[in-house]
Amino acid sequence: MNQEAKIADPWAMALEDIDVSNPNLYSQDAWRPYFERLRDEAPVHYCADSDFGPYWSITRFDDIVAVDSNFKQFSSEPFIIIGDIDEDMPLRNFISMDPPEHDVQRRAVQSVVAPQNLQEMEGLIRSRVQAILDGLPVGETFNWVDHVSINLTTQMLATLFDFPFEDRAKLPYWSDLFTGTPEIAGGEFSKEERMAGLAECAEWFTRLWHERKGREGGFDLITLLQRDPKTANMIDDPMMFLGNLGLLIVGGNDTTRNSASGGVLALNENPAEYDKLRADHGLIPSMVSEVIRWQTPLMHMRRRATEDVEFQGQTIRKDDKVVMWYVSGNRDESAIKDADAFIIDRENPRHHISFGFGIHRCMGNRLAEMQLRILWEEIMSRFSFVEVVGTPQRVQSNFVRGISDLPVRVHPI
Amino acid sequence: MAKITLIGFDGDQHVIDAEPGKSLMANALENAVPGIDADCGGACACGTCHCFVEEAWRPLTGEVEYMEESMLGMRPDRAEGSRLSCQINVTSEMDGMVVRIPEFQM
Repeated sequence: MNQEAKIADPWAMALEDIDVSNPNLYSQDAWRPYFERLRDEAPVHYCADSDFGPYWSITRFDDIVAVDSNFKQFSSEPFIIIGDIDEDMPLRNFISMDPPEHDVQRRAVQSVVAPQNLQEMEGLIRSRVQAILDGLPVGETFNWVDHVSINLTTQMLATLFDFPFEDRAKLPYWSDLFTGTPEIAGGEFSKEERMAGLAECAEWFTRLWHERKGREGGFDLITLLQRDPKTANMIDDPMMFLGNLGLLIVGGNDTTRNSASGGVLALNENPAEYDKLRADHGLIPSMVSEVIRWQTPLMHMRRRATEDVEFQGQTIRKDDKVVMWYVSGNRDESAIKDADAFIIDRENPRHHISFGFGIHRCMGNRLAEMQLRILWEEIMSRFSFVEVVGTPQRVQSNFVRGISDLPVRVHPI
Repeated sequence: MAKITLIGFDGDQHVIDAEPGKSLMANALENAVPGIDADCGGACACGTCHCFVEEAWRPLTGEVEYMEESMLGMRPDRAEGSRLSCQINVTSEMDGMVVRIPEFQM
C-alpha cells in the first residue's frame, strides 16, 4: 500500500464511500474529519467494501461503551482486529474469546499487574527510567522513540516475562509482527516475515516454558500460567500459547510506547500546556490520562454480531463485523468537553475510552499509567524542554496509532 | 438523605449524606470520597468503583446482575460483599450503612 497516497476530502464524498479502515488515514494523521463526519451524520455506519471486507463503524463514545459491554450480542471471537486471522497461523488468545473461557485465562495472568505488585515494581521502573534519561545524548538530535519509548517499555516487558534481558530487543520486533501485516491492519510486514518471526518467538518461549517448569517462586507471566491448573498445559496448544504471548507482548508494548512518544509530541504542539506542567508537576497524573486519551494507542477493537441486532436505528446482521473506533470515541464532544483540545488539567481526565470498557478492559492500565507517571516525573526533574525538532513519522496501521520517529533535542535544567 | 459511612483501606472514615435515587458511586464522587474512580461514569463497564458492603446491609443493596458479576469476576480482590457502587441505588433505608473501599481500583 502506498503510504503517500493522497487522502480524499471526507466532506466531498458520499457517506457510504467513507472507509476509515484505510491505514493511510493514520500514517498521514488525516483521520479527524472522517470521524467527525461519521459521528455527526452516521454514528453507526456501514462500509460495504474495504480491504478488510464489509464492516460497521461505531464512532460515538456512549455507543462504544454499549457495544463493548455487551459481549452476548457482540462477540470477541474469532479476532479483535478488523482484518481476518491468518488461516495458516490461527492464533487464539483470551482477548479474542468470550466468557467463560476468557475469564479463566485472564484470571490466571492478571495478578501480575495488580496494584499490590505495581508498588513493588515502582522502584525498579524508576531506576531504569533514570538510567535511560541520564544516558541521552544532550546537544544532539536523536529519535525519542528508540532511545526512550521503546527502550523503557521493552525493559518492562522483559521483566514481566522474566525474558533474558540481553535479548530483549526481540520483544518489540515480535510485537510489531503480531499486528503488522497488510491483511490484519494494513501494515507493512509481509506474511512470510511474520510467520518466520513468530515461529522464532514460539521457539524462544517454548524453551523458557520448559526451563521454568517446576522452578520455585517467581511471579512472571509464564510462571503464572504454569501455576494456574487451568492454564498449566497451555503449551500443549501451540496456537493458544503463541496467541496469548502475542496478546501480552502487544498489550505491554505498543500501548505505553506510543503514549510515551505521543506525550512529548502533544506538549510540543500545545506549548501553553507544557508551561502549565513546568509550573506544577503535580499535574503529571492527570496529564498521563490525558495523553493516553489524546494518543489512543490502540485505535479500534472489533466484534462480531451473534444475532441480528437493532442498534441506533440500524440493523446489524448476524456475523457482521462491528468495529468500535476508540480513536473517535475519545474525540466525541457529546461525552468529552473540548474533546479536540489537549488539556492536561481537564476535569475527569480518566473518563476516556483508550482502555476499552467491559470485560476486556485493559488489564495493564494501572501499570501503563505508573510507567508514564514515573517517566514524566523524571523528565521534568531533568529537562526544561524535550523539543521536537523534526517531522514525526507515523506507523501505517489502522490498529496501532504509532509513532516510529520523533526527532528531539533535550534541554537540561 | 441516608447517612452512609465509607471506610478507606487506610481506615479513614468518610460519612456522607447520600441522596436517595442516585447511585452510591455518584454520591461518593459528589462528596469527594477518595478511592472510588468510576472511570466509565456509571455504565457498569470498568470496575473502578468497586466496594465491599458490610454483611448486615447486603440484603438492602439488591442483586448482583449478570454484567456486574462479569466485571467483579475480573477483580483479584473479589470477596463476599463485593459490589460495583454504580450499581447500588441509594434508598432512605440505607441510613447507617457501612461500606469498605478496597486497597486499589483496576
